[in-house]
Amino acid sequence: MSSVSQLENANPVIFQRSVERLLTASDEDEEIHDPIDNREIFDLIRSINDPEHPLSLEELNVVEQVRVQVDDVGSTVGVEFTPTIPHCSMATLIGLSIKVKLLRSLPQRFKIDVHITPGTHASEEAVNKQLADKERVAAALENSSLLEVVNQCLSPRGL
Amino acid sequence: RSAAAVNCLYFGIFSLCRPCLTNSQAHTRARGVQLLSEVLLECYEELTEREVEVLIAFYENRLKDHYVIIPAVLQGLKALVSDCTVLPPGSAVSMLRSLFQDVHVQVRPTRYYLVICLPFFFLTELKGLGADFVFGFVQSMDGERDPRNLLLAFQIAKNLIRRGYNQGKFTEELFEVTSCYFPIDFSPPPNDPHGITKEELIQTLRDVLTGTPKFAEYLLPLLIEKLDSDVQSSKLDSLQTLASCVSEYEHKDLAEFLEGLWTSLRREVFQTSSEKIESAALAALTALTSCLSRSVLNSDSEDSLSAFMDLVLKDCKHHLCEPDLKLVWPSAKLLQAACSASNRATTHVYSIFVFIHDNFNYLEFFPTMSYFFPLVVPEDVNMFSDFREALCTIAFSAISESNSNLQITAASVLTSLAQQKGLLSEADIQRAVDHLCRLLLIEDDDRVSLAVVECAGTLAELHPDAFITTLIPKLKDLLLFHSEPMDQDREASEQNTHHALRQRCLSALAAVSTQPCVVKESTPVILQVLSSAHKGNQRVYVQNKGCSLWIMRFCFCFVQTRVLFLLSQSSCGFLLCVFNADRLAAQTADRLVSLFLDGDVSFLPDNSLPANICLLKVCVCVRVQSQLVCLLMACVCSLPKTLEVPQCDRLLLELEGLSCTSLHPLSYTSAAKCFAGLVNKRAQGERVLVSTVELYELDCSSSSVRTQTFTLLIWVSKALLLRYHPLTSAFTDKIFSLLDDAELGPMAADSFSLLMSDSADVLSRGCHADVRIMYRQRFFSENSHKLVQGFNAAPQGRPDKPNYLKALSNIVSKLPQQVQVTELPALLSLLLEALTCPDGGVQLSTLSCLQPVLINPPQTLIQQLEALVSRLLVLISSAQMNVRVASLRCIHTLSYFPVHEVLPFRARVLRALAKPLDDKKRLVRSEAVIARGEWFLLGSPGGR
Repeated sequence: MSSVSQLENANPVIFQRSVERLLTASDEDEEIHDPIDNREIFDLIRSINDPEHPLSLEELNVVEQVRVQVDDVGSTVGVEFTPTIPHCSMATLIGLSIKVKLLRSLPQRFKIDVHITPGTHASEEAVNKQLADKERVAAALENSSLLEVVNQCLSPRGL
Repeated sequence: RSAAAVNCLYFGIFSLCRPCLTNSQAHTRARGVQLLSEVLLECYEELTEREVEVLIAFYENRLKDHYVIIPAVLQGLKALVSDCTVLPPGSAVSMLRSLFQDVHVQVRPTRYYLVICLPFFFLTELKGLGADFVFGFVQSMDGERDPRNLLLAFQIAKNLIRRGYNQGKFTEELFEVTSCYFPIDFSPPPNDPHGITKEELIQTLRDVLTGTPKFAEYLLPLLIEKLDSDVQSSKLDSLQTLASCVSEYEHKDLAEFLEGLWTSLRREVFQTSSEKIESAALAALTALTSCLSRSVLNSDSEDSLSAFMDLVLKDCKHHLCEPDLKLVWPSAKLLQAACSASNRATTHVYSIFVFIHDNFNYLEFFPTMSYFFPLVVPEDVNMFSDFREALCTIAFSAISESNSNLQITAASVLTSLAQQKGLLSEADIQRAVDHLCRLLLIEDDDRVSLAVVECAGTLAELHPDAFITTLIPKLKDLLLFHSEPMDQDREASEQNTHHALRQRCLSALAAVSTQPCVVKESTPVILQVLSSAHKGNQRVYVQNKGCSLWIMRFCFCFVQTRVLFLLSQSSCGFLLCVFNADRLAAQTADRLVSLFLDGDVSFLPDNSLPANICLLKVCVCVRVQSQLVCLLMACVCSLPKTLEVPQCDRLLLELEGLSCTSLHPLSYTSAAKCFAGLVNKRAQGERVLVSTVELYELDCSSSSVRTQTFTLLIWVSKALLLRYHPLTSAFTDKIFSLLDDAELGPMAADSFSLLMSDSADVLSRGCHADVRIMYRQRFFSENSHKLVQGFNAAPQGRPDKPNYLKALSNIVSKLPQQVQVTELPALLSLLLEALTCPDGGVQLSTLSCLQPVLINPPQTLIQQLEALVSRLLVLISSAQMNVRVASLRCIHTLSYFPVHEVLPFRARVLRALAKPLDDKKRLVRSEAVIARGEWFLLGSPGGR
């Protein structure tokens, strides 16, 4: 973040966005209970903006549906994200954005675990530790400049 | 008068007569006898047996006298025998003897009269006379030429035979003396006073000749001989006599003449000159065969039936083998005639099929095969079963050929076979249905498809299951999923072929839809086809001129099978398009109107409707015929304005009656709609019916037909509203006034939705209704204040208060958005009120009205933000999913309000929105996520 003018990964590989979830008949049936599933969690986070590029995390393949694990009954969500390069300094910020998005969008009962896909980042352990620490996350969101960046990541694009 | 006095009188008369009776002049004697006879005629009942005996002796004696006296003598005798009670025994016999011996030709009528009368009374006595009597009779009638006498003579002969007189050795003589008149050739002179006809003579003579099997050996050769004659009437008489005589005969009477008879009969059929003779010959053959089948065989006698049938079959088979096939049809007729005589004969005849199957290139012969069907339906299917295989093989191989004649015949053969209950196995039926399907799809010869459709129709009635599982899915597949080739490069002929195919499939579908279970399957297909036709891509075949007729038949079929529910309003739209596309709309309308008004069913071919059906009358039966009025509606309401609806005034009157009295919802609704459709198109200035009396029904809360009357009111209001009719407000005000009605209030509120929306089946531009532009806006701007007033005037807590809100939301939600945005601020307080209304429908329509307004919130709304937010937050926990979604969308939109206005609500909204994040419906959750995300960004760094 220190050298914003100099992009760390100037030429990222861009991935195709997945199609919108199809509406099924059971979705419209009042009586049926729709469980929260992997795709629903993925839909929450895939549109988060990358702090560096005007692209979504999905387009950069930072988040993938297969790396989302949810247990609706057990109220746990696990998300693994993959920084585009192993030395990416944005990894913590991206993780924070994902975590905040999930905190705002999921019922309080959920325990949310966000971490880096094992073996994809140099300081994987440190970042994971930061993201798992409730106190540090809360403190980070008190920091208005950090909150501003997070909010930018979470703002719907095109507005 | 005492007996003595009578005796005295007789004595006196005799004394008076004596000089006359003994006079030498014959004429004088005749006068004396006549006087005596006339006296006897007057008072014979007074005579004693002794006196009668004397008188009979006297008269018998007189018979020998001069011929002038004879009539008077016979008259006397007639008087004496009229009362038989006192005739002394033996006198009848002696009288007859004298009659036969002494009386001469000239006076025969009276003589015969006696002969006829006497046997009736003295049967036992005359039997003793036996052969003598027969002989006397034969002698006396020999050479007779007078038709009157002949008629009497034949009657006597008939009685002789019927009563079993011993004919002794005179049988042949009796036959000879009567049969010499056969065949009767008699034409009565003009103005014949006796009125004897040829038919009478023929019939009585036939009765004589056919009366006893004893005549068989004489009669049959005679008949064979007469059959050879060239005279038509003689042939006919002989054939009829033959048919009638065999009913008395047994096989042994016939045995030796069978061959001769068959030769003659065969000749009459093969070389027939007149239809009458042919049918008489066939009838005779039937009678003959049935006689042979009936006879009881002795152990040693040969089976004359099988001998005869062999004879018949041999000749018929011979003709089947002739290359020109000329005599196949007559042969078939002969076999049919024989077949109808008895089951045993039928079995013999059916062996012909095995013959055809085994020995013959039957396909060449096959086209004439249908002549053998329907051979008479056997009572016992088992009899047929021996030949089932041969028949099926023939039929199935014929239907597989490409020759269209063969296919047609095979279809009709299969039809006849299938009609024999239990004859064809399931597998055979399945095979037949498969063949029919195949022909339907590939064969475009009109005659073939007609035969196939007909066959399918008959089969479906008897074996619906096979059609449900095979034919209907195939047709459905073809009709719905093989859309027509739209490719421009394709040749026109190919397109035509495609249309013909669809047409065939449709008519097959209609033909098989006779049983309820089939109709249940075929109806959805038809409706789907109609709906795709509705979309316009298949206009071409909908425009076929017979189409509407066909649809109507289909609908009547529905009614008869009680599945009209499938034909509810929605499908009416399709019907409407069909009627619309029909170039013969006027004619169809004409027919339909006369069907509905006058019960004229003549234009629906082979319908099973009762004559004089009353379709517009209220009835209480299960099959509510009056619901067919939706058909009438589809037709007359879609007529272009240039065409006048026939008998419109009368129709309106009947429809009004039906709509106000029927208890059946579809009936009275359709009648009301039809009425409205007609009213909408009435020329300006013409009387709009709806008598005010009917509207009074609405004011009378105890009336049983308020719902019906109200339905009519709504539809008429709509009809008038659409055309800006000056009377509109009178009707709509009535609806407004009903909003606080305890019973009709909710219905009145709902009715605004109907008033404001387009209906598909009636009162639309599609059916040429008179629809002015912007009628909704006009209605809204003219009437919205009434709702506000009504709402404000209604006391708080009244159950009818929500009706106003509902009515309002019904009206507003149908308005175009631009109008909503400009008009709503005035109604805002009412809309906010509507959000608290417990009715989910009202909530939803209010929310959908509000959302577009929220995007550019008017100042008045911002002033009521507190009320708005709290009401919306209540609704996000509504029981209805779509209300939750709609309220969340509104809350989302609220986040775009000026920040300083909404920021105070941020914490509260975020708290409230945590709950729908865990909603059980994903759609609700995703709306909640979006809304909450936005509210988080509100007033936050990096946000908004």
